[in-house]
Amino acid sequence: MTFSLRTRRPATLALADGTVYRGTGFGAEAVATGEVCFNTSMTGYQEILSDPSYAGQIVTLTYPQIGNVGTNPQDDESAQPRLSAFVIKELFEQPSNWRSREPLETFLTRWRVPGIAGIDTRALVRRIRDGGVQNGVLSTDPARQEAEELVRVAAAAPPLDGRDLVASVTTSAPYSWTEGLWAGIEGQVPRRERPVSSLRLVAYDFGVKWNILRLLVEHGFDVTVVPATTPVAETLRLSPDAVFLSNGPGDPAAVQGVQPIVRELAERLPIFGICLGHQILGLALGGQTRKLKFGHRGGNQPGQDLATRKVAICAENHGYAVDADSLRTAGEPVEITHVNLNDGTVEGLAHARRPLFSVQYHPEASPGPHDASYLFGRFRDMVVRHKRGETITGVSITRRDEALLAPASAARGS
Amino acid sequence: MPKRNDIQAILVIGSGPIVIGQACEFDYSGTQACKALREEGYRVILVNSNPATIMTDPETADRTYVEPMTVESVEKIIAREKPDALLPTIGGQTALNLAIDLAEAGVLERHGVELIGAKLDAILKAEDRELFREAMERIGLRVPRSGYVHSVEEARALLSHVGLPAIIRPSFTLGGAGAGVAFTDEEFDRTVLWGLQQSPRHQILLEQSVLGWKEYELEVMRDSADNVVIICSIENFDPMGVHTGDSITVAPAQTLTDKEYQEMRSAAVAIIREIGVDTGGSNIQFGVHPETGAMVIIEMNPRVSRSSALASKATGFPIAKIAAKLAVGYTLDEIRNDITRETPASFEPTIDYVVTKIPRFTFEKFPQADRTLTTQMKSVGEVMGIGRTFKESLQKAIRSLEIGHDGLESPELRGSEELSEEALLAQSAIPTPERPWLLAEALRRGVSVEALARSSWIDPWFLRNLQELVVAEQDLVAASPAERRQWLRAAKQMGFSDRRLATLWGSSEQEVRALRRDLGVRPVYKHVDTCGAEFEAYTPYLYSTYEDECEASPTDRRKIIILGGGPNRIGQGIEFDYCCVHAVFALRASGFETIMINCNPETVSTDYDTADRLYFEPLTLEDVLEIVDREQPDGVIVQFGGQTPLRLAVPLEQAGVPILGTSPDAIDRAEDRERFEALLEKLGLERPPSGMARSIDEAERVAERIGFPVLVRPSYVLGGRAMMIVHDVEALRDYMRLAVRASPEHPVLVDRFLADATEVDVDAICDGERVVIGGIMEHIEEAGVHSGDSACSIPPWSLAPIVTDEITRATRALALELGVRGLMNVQFAVKDGVVYVLEVNPRASRTVPFVSKAIGVPLAKLAALVMAGQSLAELGFTQAIVPRHFSVKEAVFPFVKFPGVDTLLGPEMKSTGEVMGIDTDFGRAYAKAQIEAGNSLPTSGTVLVSVRHEDRGVVGTAVRELARSGFSVLATPGTAAYLGELGVEAESVAKVGQGPSDVVTRIDAGDVSLVVNTVGTEPQAARDSLAIRRAALLRGLPYFTTAAGARAAASAIRALQLESIGVRSLQEIHAQVQPPAVRGSEDGREERDG
Repeated sequence: MTFSLRTRRPATLALADGTVYRGTGFGAEAVATGEVCFNTSMTGYQEILSDPSYAGQIVTLTYPQIGNVGTNPQDDESAQPRLSAFVIKELFEQPSNWRSREPLETFLTRWRVPGIAGIDTRALVRRIRDGGVQNGVLSTDPARQEAEELVRVAAAAPPLDGRDLVASVTTSAPYSWTEGLWAGIEGQVPRRERPVSSLRLVAYDFGVKWNILRLLVEHGFDVTVVPATTPVAETLRLSPDAVFLSNGPGDPAAVQGVQPIVRELAERLPIFGICLGHQILGLALGGQTRKLKFGHRGGNQPGQDLATRKVAICAENHGYAVDADSLRTAGEPVEITHVNLNDGTVEGLAHARRPLFSVQYHPEASPGPHDASYLFGRFRDMVVRHKRGETITGVSITRRDEALLAPASAARGS
Repeated sequence: MPKRNDIQAILVIGSGPIVIGQACEFDYSGTQACKALREEGYRVILVNSNPATIMTDPETADRTYVEPMTVESVEKIIAREKPDALLPTIGGQTALNLAIDLAEAGVLERHGVELIGAKLDAILKAEDRELFREAMERIGLRVPRSGYVHSVEEARALLSHVGLPAIIRPSFTLGGAGAGVAFTDEEFDRTVLWGLQQSPRHQILLEQSVLGWKEYELEVMRDSADNVVIICSIENFDPMGVHTGDSITVAPAQTLTDKEYQEMRSAAVAIIREIGVDTGGSNIQFGVHPETGAMVIIEMNPRVSRSSALASKATGFPIAKIAAKLAVGYTLDEIRNDITRETPASFEPTIDYVVTKIPRFTFEKFPQADRTLTTQMKSVGEVMGIGRTFKESLQKAIRSLEIGHDGLESPELRGSEELSEEALLAQSAIPTPERPWLLAEALRRGVSVEALARSSWIDPWFLRNLQELVVAEQDLVAASPAERRQWLRAAKQMGFSDRRLATLWGSSEQEVRALRRDLGVRPVYKHVDTCGAEFEAYTPYLYSTYEDECEASPTDRRKIIILGGGPNRIGQGIEFDYCCVHAVFALRASGFETIMINCNPETVSTDYDTADRLYFEPLTLEDVLEIVDREQPDGVIVQFGGQTPLRLAVPLEQAGVPILGTSPDAIDRAEDRERFEALLEKLGLERPPSGMARSIDEAERVAERIGFPVLVRPSYVLGGRAMMIVHDVEALRDYMRLAVRASPEHPVLVDRFLADATEVDVDAICDGERVVIGGIMEHIEEAGVHSGDSACSIPPWSLAPIVTDEITRATRALALELGVRGLMNVQFAVKDGVVYVLEVNPRASRTVPFVSKAIGVPLAKLAALVMAGQSLAELGFTQAIVPRHFSVKEAVFPFVKFPGVDTLLGPEMKSTGEVMGIDTDFGRAYAKAQIEAGNSLPTSGTVLVSVRHEDRGVVGTAVRELARSGFSVLATPGTAAYLGELGVEAESVAKVGQGPSDVVTRIDAGDVSLVVNTVGTEPQAARDSLAIRRAALLRGLPYFTTAAGARAAASAIRALQLESIGVRSLQEIHAQVQPPAVRGSEDGREERDG
């Protein structure tokens, strides 16, 4: 499509508080409701769009120039986008990238995601930042552009809190995952070779991002992905060496039937959790979760490892967090291992007696920096040692890694 | 880790004079670093030979040495000041090289000085091509394959490794005499042969071609705990093959997916660790193959750079300041983000706008230079445009450039209307400063993006954006009146200026503005906040766009807007930014809210820390009026930023904006020829006979009346543009016809040229009632050399008191008659005891920083306070200061970057920067200035002399002195004969091309250590001896092209022979000058006013 001042399709974004933004519509023609949130990543819109954790949300990107690189088959994070709608400043309709196969607009139309461009996204972000997340409605339907009606719909929409969104995105049946990482580009930092010995892993799918599965494969795991509420007995029948708890959408406390399963698994097997998986592990260990004012969504968050004081630049995408005080009084020997330096929220925890650890951020990145991908290696190491019969816990593997890492980095620094 | 307590004093090295490739971005980074270190309680010792910098202000460091930046001189400083550490990474390549030299000469070890930021081995690993390649191989990364060869056979053998296409670069040529590219075997043999012939040592570098690959840069920071963050990614509009300093660049990267970007990021992290930069910032350049995504590492700078200054301005993350704090031991998580206050510096900035940088070139100053952009940097400045989309930021940057473009107009150059599409395609394939306009024109004529991408290698993404602008222009041209109103907002969102819309609509800027305001289409201002609005921003660093929400929230304080100088160019550079910054400091300290408007990312003025509020915006009437309307200031200052803001004085005043200081009418009285003549007549002041010509005939009549030679220049450009000395009618006709296309609207000024007169510059300050002379500067070079290119001395080194008295009297009379409030600069010529007024500029001049440092009084600060209503008596500055020491300013030239350009000086300004030498007598001060300017004077050896007849007397005396103090003399026959008459023994050597062993052969053979070559202003004379000057430049010999320069050099050499030169800090020097009762605003006297 060639650009022209003449072609503009109306679209309206209405917030529950009555704020209305008029812009240009793209993608599906629809009226969509969701919690309006924002992500500050400057790259990776395709990964964001296909991340199942955005189910139930209207996602705003702070970076204004979107669509430049089109979309391609390697950058999907799931089989289909789950977000409600997409909000940006400018849609660039003629992509330029050697891997691009389909323009963003076609991709969104194909997946029936409505989008709005040309609005003051920064004003919207400031509203969310100052007032907290709230529900909104995006209409790209030319027949439904009346502001008052849309505001009414937004105000009447159910809140994200208390809704079990995992049920809508988890796999319906178990499947095995074998794909490793994207081949990459010529001239990149060489990757480590895949370990030869395979470990059996069951990944609980709460809305898993494929790059987690790819990294697990790269670290020598034989991965079986199972539905979110797969009973413990069924999982054990697969005789796994370890369990992984995936990321996923929505309110962790509202996810039905998962906590007891995790509690039981935690007593039997090494576990690694990411994002929602981390929150569910925290809940299963007796902690509580709380909703953040507007969450952390972006690829530039400072995650500090409390033992080494080192800061990883992390990809994050969460609107809830494990409450630090609740963990301290939960009765389990759980330690907080990582915090977000911007606001001090819990970003990681580890168990002092069992081989369990988890992080709130996304070590699989995609999109985002690869600073924290070492956690997959740590997980493998923990599983191997556990299998060998060593006494290893989430806390000890963390400390052991730190003991190994700290002098090395100090030597490099001198 | 907290800061180190084992070091107390830190030596900081600046970057010296402004040269192409190293401009005022290092004043910005150096000033930030000094401030940051002092904030932490360290004693900062600074060395920098460039007086026109904020970093060399005596308040910036504890001890400031405006001294030669040589190992010898810096060792003396180290011996006096005993620093514990040296921070080498914030003063550009100059500082890094000097630090390497100091380390390798054992100076650092001898005095127990530790390198902080980057250790010697890390610097060498990054700087040495071979060590860097090995380092990259160790971590599995790739660099373009390359090697040195000395014959066609060796080259063929290496070709299997390098592959085609290959780049062939001759070694050891001046200014990188260009490179050849070979795509086929046949081309390869031919180009290798050419390259071997080009190289004086028959050596070429053979390199895998990455021409046309996409070019990226990452700005990386690391702390002592090995935390690494990327501050900014930059993508070049111009692909590999154009120096990044000459490329249009865009932040953040636009055409990388996350997967590709993260691989680049991981590579950058691995590189900074492998090279071992301990702490601070580095810049890493990458090439990416457009069709395979393959990545190569081009180079790494283990220091802050031009790009890091750009990245700082583009993101709001102050790289140099943080780098300084990391160098003394802090880790990133221990440092606060100034803008958000609550969050730490250990994060990666994310931006919610697009930044476009466009370089500014001055090829008009060097018509013989090749305009093609290559890997050798040629631009002298840059602008940055911030917008919410690339299109908006590009168009804002274009109108910031001040090169007569309001947008993407059809290029007038080279008759584009007659150009076929094929020709346009071919021309736009060649990188030149005009390329964006040629590309737009091609798109306008329907050439496809694909075809242009193939020919220019520019990424289609950029071209499609240009295409969208061109299509929008076509829509706008065809728009009905109703559609105009309907689309106006959309057009403004794409960055179209009112002036461009006016052109498209056949209307006027005023009409478009009226329509826009009528429709309520007004800009809003958004914060540059490092975080995409995730956190609240506390620093008002703002840019305009056309959206809903305005974040400007102006205060109701008493406020003054200071207009900056825009992009650096020859004739308007860092000196004006210095003045703007001083104005801000003084007004801020006296209680005003200060608001800076500027679009030059290299400067201190665009540091968000400098003024209370910063608007990073183009300096056009439209953009300034919108800010004025939003802020409602008590006044606007146009006096400090050079021609850029001055040009806006009248239109701003007409729009009802209060202009502080000297009235625009007084400025007009000084600039309008006829009014100026009436002024001088009224005051009884002399000026060279002159006239104005609107046609060739008229010019001839004027010249006849006043007599040749005459100085001619167009009346509508200042700063020496297109100025010439002509000797006969023929040359005058050529000039009128070709050079300036004179017309009734654009008359040409014809002045009698005062040959061999002494020029004098005066900077003075006036409050309307009292005039105080800041400094009388006697030029070393005679009249005819642009004042910006001439060396000068405070106090005058040869003028009689009766002459300086007359100059003082004339300056006073002019200032009072014009009603100057603030600064004024007057240029005089003195001939046969008569003082002539050449020019009056009622504004801050280029020499203000030099004068301020020479006399120890911050003139620009005082001027700003005068403009705000204080009197000089209140400020305690009522007496001119005549210092006991001598200060010499010398100009620095870019000739080495422009092969084929003559080094002769003339009325057209050509220098890019300046240095200052201070010492107890003129000879020593001049010697220091020469050393600082790269003209290292020999104390023994052979002087080559070839001078025109008129200069024989002055030069003869100088050469006799040199001969007496041990120099051998070589001279061309005529000069040798004259010297013989004076009793100076001189070996006669043939003129260029007049014998088997001519002057150039002797220079090439290394027989010469100093060159004195003067020629008449006739073009032929200059051509005859061009080879001498190029040969001297190529060998890096000190050369003098004026008799007065030679005379000064002789006295400097004598001073050098007598004793080695000492060093003294500005603070010590100024302590000897009686300071005025009030220094600017520091002691709070202005409270009465506030």
